[in-house]
Amino acid sequence: MKILLSILSGLLSGIISGMGIGGGTILIPALTLFLSVNQHTAQGVNLLYFLPTAAISLFVHIKNKSVNFKIAFPIMGLGVLGAVGGSLLALVLKAAFLKKLFGIFLFLMGFYEIFKKNKKNQKK
Amino acid sequence: MKLKNMLSRALRRPYVIYAAGGLLAGFLNGLFGSGGGTVIVPFLEECLDQEEHTSHATAILIILGFTIVSLFFYGFSGTLDIKLALWVSLGGVLGGFIGAKLLKKLTGPAIRKIFGAFMLVAAFRMVFFS
Repeated sequence: MKILLSILSGLLSGIISGMGIGGGTILIPALTLFLSVNQHTAQGVNLLYFLPTAAISLFVHIKNKSVNFKIAFPIMGLGVLGAVGGSLLALVLKAAFLKKLFGIFLFLMGFYEIFKKNKKNQKK
Repeated sequence: MKLKNMLSRALRRPYVIYAAGGLLAGFLNGLFGSGGGTVIVPFLEECLDQEEHTSHATAILIILGFTIVSLFFYGFSGTLDIKLALWVSLGGVLGGFIGAKLLKKLTGPAIRKIFGAFMLVAAFRMVFFS
């Protein structure tokens, strides 16, 4: 049952990832709410889950020359410091607190998703 | 041609902008194990004048870098559940295919709003009922 629910959670976020909405914003709450996974573990699963998914789509994007390396590398190089800081902070926080913090973050993103303007239609 | 102009204009901007966007996205991605793309995509579009498609593609590379770094820390602290991640990824790959096929039919403000509402409900549960 747990395995089935895990696959289903992945399936759902996989579908949503393709739509440009971050899959993790669905996967992490699904894991903690339906499978009672610890918040840290759920976040770790999302990080791991990102590797194969990103690798596949990146392969296609690079082939189509859609990736702007000149911009990506400086942002990545400097941003890594942020990634170190964020990870360390996450790991020292208690799971219950991190879960609430994530909830607030999720709320903001849901809000943004609902109220942001539809750019595609605007440009056309 | 237009893209080239936009690119050179973007590159002339100070590295402070790159640093700010990267640091924030990296920080959130490490803290929440997700969400870096939510910051970096609008950042690339609005601050660096990248086209939507380029922004999405470039964001994946950037977040991949952040994710690998974060995984080292998560891994060392022993919070990784590889088995669970494998099952989830299996569903994820299938979902990715389905999503790609459905994308043309499904995209649209309505669907986004439905997922947005779903996120709000989940957010409330996480903050108040857990």
